Order: sequence, then C-alpha cells, then structure tokens
Amino acid sequence: MVSPTLLVGAGGVLGALSRHLLGERIDARTRDTLAVNVVGSFLLGALVTAPIGDSALLVFGTGFCGAFTTFSTFAFETVRLAETGEPRRAAINAAVNLVGALGAVGLGWLVVDGLA
Amino acid sequence: MGTDRSEETAAGPMHALERVEPFLLIAVGGFVGAALRHAVAVALPAGTLPWGTLAANVLGSFALGVLLYEAHLAGVLSAETRLVIGTGFLSSFTTYSTFAVETAGLAPELAVANVVVNYVFGFTAILGGRWVARVIA
Repeated sequence: MVSPTLLVGAGGVLGALSRHLLGERIDARTRDTLAVNVVGSFLLGALVTAPIGDSALLVFGTGFCGAFTTFSTFAFETVRLAETGEPRRAAINAAVNLVGALGAVGLGWLVVDGLA
Repeated sequence: MGTDRSEETAAGPMHALERVEPFLLIAVGGFVGAALRHAVAVALPAGTLPWGTLAANVLGSFALGVLLYEAHLAGVLSAETRLVIGTGFLSSFTTYSTFAVETAGLAPELAVANVVVNYVFGFTAILGGRWVARVIA
C-alpha cells in the first residue's frame, strides 16, 4: 500500500488548488468560505458513507475534503466581522457555517444511502 | 531586431513560470498541510472528543492570526510567502468538513461540546496570533 502520508498529501494538493481556483481568498467574502465548507462537508459526508476503500478515503476524504474546506479562514473572517462593529453578522456567519456544514453532512449520508 | 527577438524568447518562459508559480506554491502548501493534519490525527487519536482535528484547527488559526495581522502591522513577509503559508498550508492544515462529520457522529451533548471547544479556542487563537504579531512587529 502507498504510504498514508503520500495519499493524504496528494488529496491535499487537489483540495488546496481547487479551493484557490474557485476563487476562495483569505480575508475576502465570507460567503466563499461558507460555500467551500458546505460543499466539502457534503462530499465528506457522502464519502464516509460510501463503500470505498481506505486508500480512496485517505485521498478524497482526509486529503481533498479536509484541505478544500478550511477552519482557520472561517475563524479569521468571523473574528474580523465581530471586531469591525458587526457582531451580529459574526454570529450569523458562525451559525450558518455550522448549520450548513452539518446539514450537508446529513444530506451526503442520505444521498449515498439512497443510491445504495 | 535580433535583440528584440531574443528578449521575446527570454520573456516567454518567464511569463509562463510566473503564472505557474502561485499554483506550485499552493500545491506544496496543500500537500504539507493535509499530511501534517493527518499526522496530528494519528498522534492524537479521538477519545471523548476528536482531539486531532481540534488541535489542527486551533494551531492553524493561531498561525493564521500571526500571518495576517503581521501583514497589517509590519508586512515583512512577501505576498508569495503569505500565499503558500495561508492559502496553501494553513487552510489545508485546518478543516471544517472533518470537524462537521466528526461532530455529526457524536452523542448530542458531546457534539455541542465539540462545537464549543473548536469555536471558542479557534476564535481565541486568532486573537492570540494577533497579540503575538503585535509583540514581534
């Protein structure tokens, strides 16, 4: 088997490049961060439910989805909103990412269950 | 004319390289970030809570706080350095999807606890990073 580090790293390359190519930028529009986090959570929810092998899960789950979505950018943007006199938008951003991502995970599970 | 042509051929590959360079930097950062997150998760296996993801998210947020506030306060690092570290490495090191899937798999009270610790320590880490950036700037 190929080393897990190599598999996760290869997925990470694809995840980071995809996020960049889709126009997500640190300290820019919070809705872009929300979009990658929700889409990536949907994919990971589907992947952990799908009958794929351990290697594929390391590449596409831990590597790709893990790198495509981001917590640090989300945290930075939320703190910045709170500090620039928009605490309400900061709270909404924190809540919408959470509800959106958890809902997307559930949807990913359901889609794969429905297909199986 | 001969000189012009040689300048053109010299400029051609240079332009291509400049366009490719950001992608290479992000690719390297993405590889190292994801691989290191996996290593942290292996070193800190999930117990009551998924500690590995929490550690990666808090450490990565702290480092992003340092990086971005350093940009505002001092601006010593180049835009390229910030691209490879921020967009490549830290955004790939930290993860929202794994956090969401792990949270969804926990018992309700533990799920709430996982969200609270990731959010509280993650946001605090951004502020801690800024404090460090201020001190070193």
